[in-house]
Amino acid sequence: MTPELRPTDDLTTDQRHELIASMKPEDAEPVPELHEVDVPDDLREQIETAMSRYPQLRSASIPALWAVQRHHGWCSPEGIRQAAAVMGLTPGYLQSVASFYDLFHTTAQGRHQVLVCHNISCWMRGADELLEAFCDAAGVSHADAEHGGATSADGEFYVKGFECLGACEMAPMASIDEIYVGPLEAGDAKTAIDQARAGDEVLPDKALGKRPAAGGPEPEPDPRVAEAERG
Amino acid sequence: MASEVRLLFRNVDEPGLASIGTYRRLGGYRALERAFRELDPEDLLTELEASGLRGRGGAGFSMGKKAGFLPRGDMEKYVCCNADESEPGTFKDRELMQKNPHQLIEGCLIASLAAGARYTFIFIRGEYWEIADVLDAAVAEAYDAGLAGENILGTGVAVDLVVHRGAGAYICGEETALLDSLEGKRGNPRLKPPFPAIAGLYGGPTLINNVETLSNVPHVVSNGADWFKGFGTEESPGTKVVSVSGCVQRPGNYEIELGIPAREIIEGLAGGPPHGRAVKAWFPGGSSAPVLTADELDLPYTFEDMAEAKSMLGSGAIIVADETVSIPQLALRTARFYHHESCGKCTPCREGTNWTVKMLERVVRGEATPMDLDIISSVQDNIIGNCLCVLGDSMAMPVGSMVAKFRGEFEEAIEGARAAAPAPLDQSPMDAEALTAGSAA
Repeated sequence: MTPELRPTDDLTTDQRHELIASMKPEDAEPVPELHEVDVPDDLREQIETAMSRYPQLRSASIPALWAVQRHHGWCSPEGIRQAAAVMGLTPGYLQSVASFYDLFHTTAQGRHQVLVCHNISCWMRGADELLEAFCDAAGVSHADAEHGGATSADGEFYVKGFECLGACEMAPMASIDEIYVGPLEAGDAKTAIDQARAGDEVLPDKALGKRPAAGGPEPEPDPRVAEAERG
Repeated sequence: MASEVRLLFRNVDEPGLASIGTYRRLGGYRALERAFRELDPEDLLTELEASGLRGRGGAGFSMGKKAGFLPRGDMEKYVCCNADESEPGTFKDRELMQKNPHQLIEGCLIASLAAGARYTFIFIRGEYWEIADVLDAAVAEAYDAGLAGENILGTGVAVDLVVHRGAGAYICGEETALLDSLEGKRGNPRLKPPFPAIAGLYGGPTLINNVETLSNVPHVVSNGADWFKGFGTEESPGTKVVSVSGCVQRPGNYEIELGIPAREIIEGLAGGPPHGRAVKAWFPGGSSAPVLTADELDLPYTFEDMAEAKSMLGSGAIIVADETVSIPQLALRTARFYHHESCGKCTPCREGTNWTVKMLERVVRGEATPMDLDIISSVQDNIIGNCLCVLGDSMAMPVGSMVAKFRGEFEEAIEGARAAAPAPLDQSPMDAEALTAGSAA
């Protein structure tokens, strides 16, 4: 049977110590038997495909957790147990991997994901105001979004101040449902949230895919490059 | 005024460059044919080493030498392409993969032949969802064309290419943490030695190179080492893609030859700060590099000159802060990133990044004393060199340099903040609207 999972954030230090002392290695859940776990067919297929692509099966842990998160919306205990059964690993192991990485959610999250970069280059160009505008538009607490991410009461939006997303040329920027957009002004936040809520494409004119090289149109090739191309 | 020299970025905005047909029409995969049909692995290693191509991920080590460290003989060897580009300010690999994925794939396949590897993994950071989709599509095209997989070009050589998506952890850009993550574990760095060339992925010899490094490989193999050495400097041949961001009017990737003055990149290509403002500080190689000042803008942009100025060229990401940016706030922002990303394995990094953030918050709030600045400096000194990897150093170096070079501003911040009411922590210092307007022009 699946052990009951409880958040431990509210515990006092003494309660924490007591909890740790009460845990025994033999109580850890073993590898679940595949026939005892109800694994959705498509999830099982995705995990098995991932396993077949690596020389060692354990390498498929992260692809498997991605598949779980896509299927369940987050790395839920149920989903982790399903992946563990397919991979022949303990749920505890996969949980430990999931908890290491920023993009895996070990608690339920809003349906749309808004990651607002607040690292140096975006900060210098107004990322703090942008994050605040996204929080206001989505209805989440700014302080919570800044520290670990927060979901709106209606369950629609998860907003998080994120570390450098690697798109500093379009600062300040955000990743909305896995699409990069920028440079954004605070006023764009409400538009983006409304578009996402309606299921429309978000700020299509500001999408990363539309940006040409910063240096402008293709110049005449350097003579050395031109010579090589003539062969 | 310097202009770009487009080699890796040649035809970068050609419609359809990401598809195999266009890439081949423009000369792509000729290097692969030459390598697989005409050259043996030892010839390739000789050519790569002779070209002087240096790693573009940050350390700048000779790519050919690194590949040559792998033991010869019949054993499972691996190539990993480090596409976990997470260093703040760096976005060159993203544009290289997004617009020209086949150039990278061709480089990966040739590197696999040189190293004798059956598998090549492209470890791409999880946040690059769109880019990973581009790579997946390109890899599938390469398989369909018989350029990857079993029996490449009918030569009997097999190389499998796997695009592996990370899940959000800066530390996985560190090569041994990358290997742990690729093995399906938490991304903690390993103790070195043994180095990955001897015992890497699954314990086998492993060659790890950055996206930009591997994207250079087809050009070296097509045109030869001597041709390649006609670009750049004697110590750093070839071109370098530089990511410029922060307080400049035209942020973006520019492909240059190393050796031109930094001023020509920052003020020439990227247009300098808006509204005629002056540069106050700049990171020459990502946020891990100690900051330089406006007085150092005329230094030639090379690995050697940046090292001599006690900083580093690193990933080639220049972040510019102009006169309106508060250096204590900048230091805090920098430190917070490394605090967040520390994997927690080594005490000096885990605790040092934490305490540095707390102390800088005190500085900004006006709760610090000038003595705290000495404590901040000493904490940085005690992190450097004392951990398994350089994540902690990557905070200690820039923060230490900011306190050393802008001490007066830290002292003023302490006094000023104390005189005023408690200030909010995160005031953005720039006129964002003006900047955005500048970049669109």
